[in-house]
Amino acid sequence: MSADAIEGRAVVLGHDVNTDNILPGPYLNLTDPEELGRHLLETYEGDAGKRIQPGDILVAGRNFGMGSSREQAQIAILARGVQAIVAASFARIFLRNAVNVGLPVIESPEASAAIADGDHVRIDFTAGRIERRDEHWRVAQRPAFLSEIIDAGGLVEWTRRRLRATGRT
Amino acid sequence: MTDTQPRTVAQQILAAHGVEDVSPGSFGLARVDLVMANDVSGSVALREFERIGAERVFDPDRIALFADHFAPAKDVRSAEMIGRLRKFARDQGISHYWEAGSTLNAGIEHTVLPEEGLIAPGDFIPGGDSHTCTYGAFGAFGTGVGSTDIASAMALGELWVRVPQSVAVSYTGTTGTYVTGKDLILAYLARAGVSGATYAALEFSGPVIERLTIDERMALCNMAVEAGAKTGIVAADQTTLDWLSDKVTDRPLEPVTADPDAEYADSVEISVDGMPPLIARPPSPANVTEIGSVSGVRVDQVYVGNCSNGTITDLQQLCSVIGGRQVAPGTRLIVVPASQRVMRQALKEGLIETILEAGGMVSAPTCGACFGGHMGILAAGEVALATTNRNFRGRMGHPDSSVFLGNAYVAGAAAVTGELVDPAEVLDR
Repeated sequence: MSADAIEGRAVVLGHDVNTDNILPGPYLNLTDPEELGRHLLETYEGDAGKRIQPGDILVAGRNFGMGSSREQAQIAILARGVQAIVAASFARIFLRNAVNVGLPVIESPEASAAIADGDHVRIDFTAGRIERRDEHWRVAQRPAFLSEIIDAGGLVEWTRRRLRATGRT
Repeated sequence: MTDTQPRTVAQQILAAHGVEDVSPGSFGLARVDLVMANDVSGSVALREFERIGAERVFDPDRIALFADHFAPAKDVRSAEMIGRLRKFARDQGISHYWEAGSTLNAGIEHTVLPEEGLIAPGDFIPGGDSHTCTYGAFGAFGTGVGSTDIASAMALGELWVRVPQSVAVSYTGTTGTYVTGKDLILAYLARAGVSGATYAALEFSGPVIERLTIDERMALCNMAVEAGAKTGIVAADQTTLDWLSDKVTDRPLEPVTADPDAEYADSVEISVDGMPPLIARPPSPANVTEIGSVSGVRVDQVYVGNCSNGTITDLQQLCSVIGGRQVAPGTRLIVVPASQRVMRQALKEGLIETILEAGGMVSAPTCGACFGGHMGILAAGEVALATTNRNFRGRMGHPDSSVFLGNAYVAGAAAVTGELVDPAEVLDR
């Protein structure tokens, strides 16, 4: 994570948003991030996919990103300039992929329940909190191991370092 | 966790692969026995592998690559994507590469790897596909990951893991005639919902599981991920060893079992007495109901195939219903044997002929329409009964199409009546 804090407009999504709806199957043969980004949330109910602007922060309910392991979901989200995702909880593979590619994901059931669509939200990574107007929510400290990957800038750089450290390149 | 603490199957496997602390929630690095990727996950993984800058994969014999999602190539983009995977396999000296029409015994990844003897009890296999948990049917720890994980594991031969809590799921009672492995996992999903097992390792056991064939255990473990699980495991027993004995010939087969006092975060007991075939209604695999409560729903397409239920057992079950009958007017039956081996066996047993005589069609093995790729896409308003594992909005086509999930007997009954109906009613007519 490069920035210590980010701020942006919240785009609110519901519970159990699946990766099929984040980036539908027919587009999995696309490779260009921008092209993938155009189909973000295309089969998700409503118009959230169309409304997302660079700098936005997605705020979702429980179990965000369930289903398929497709990393094209993260690629599409990043391609549209989404800065971070706050959710009540994340599905396992989605969380892994987000950590691996350096897409900030923050679990906070309280913030997820309170933040409304269009709210201006600030996330202070150093202080570990999510802020909206006069309210704020504490974020649980993330495990040291995940910080190691995130601080390296993602799993690609982390792997590069490990290859070097173990004398394999 | 100290060495003396009892372990679940998942903990045993992770400890045997170098994870030092296997208490639930701790992090570590696990050595991998095999890394699997397909045309879709491979597409991104190859790019990330290049970014890592590793020239060679850690061991070309421990990488398995499949052209199965958009194969046979659906369009030019798919052809190019598959071409890159094929070239990578050639450049890296990876012999475990499958592409139907070009390599022997190809097909859908999760069906082919066990058939080829590349999965054994106690193995740890990350795969670039969420249904990699299917290998739990063999007492192995298969788990779905994304493309960057695959790229990293191809370079290092290791995967970072968070040790899962284990959940014991036991099945008791007597299964009805038309109740299969598919119904067993749907019964669990009805209780757990789509996130009830998030990050857990499910361990399936009980008298019903002991009697279950390998094909049906695969259907069971395949959908563990639909409850959010990291894997779903049936500890290897005699059934497993018998099935694997002529396939895994290069190493000893050693079942991994849980210690007697191993700790489970939760225990679930499911009685199957009197349970009819189950259906997952759109748009969620956990939206489970009994077949009787959706009886009469019109079906435009019946799709039998995919990594959960495209086995020879599924084709036998399907044909036991459609044999000597005709596909109902206005309904299509698409059958996708999950591998070329399944296809050959089905030919031998006369099942392909039965399907064709009923008016159904048989396709090459492919993930195809299951994920909305090709070979049977639904139009707006259309309804499908599929033996697949997901029925999210738009999963098999237009966002306004809908998919009901059910077993292969139910698929047969839907094909010949054109509606959802208990297979017992068809066979007694």
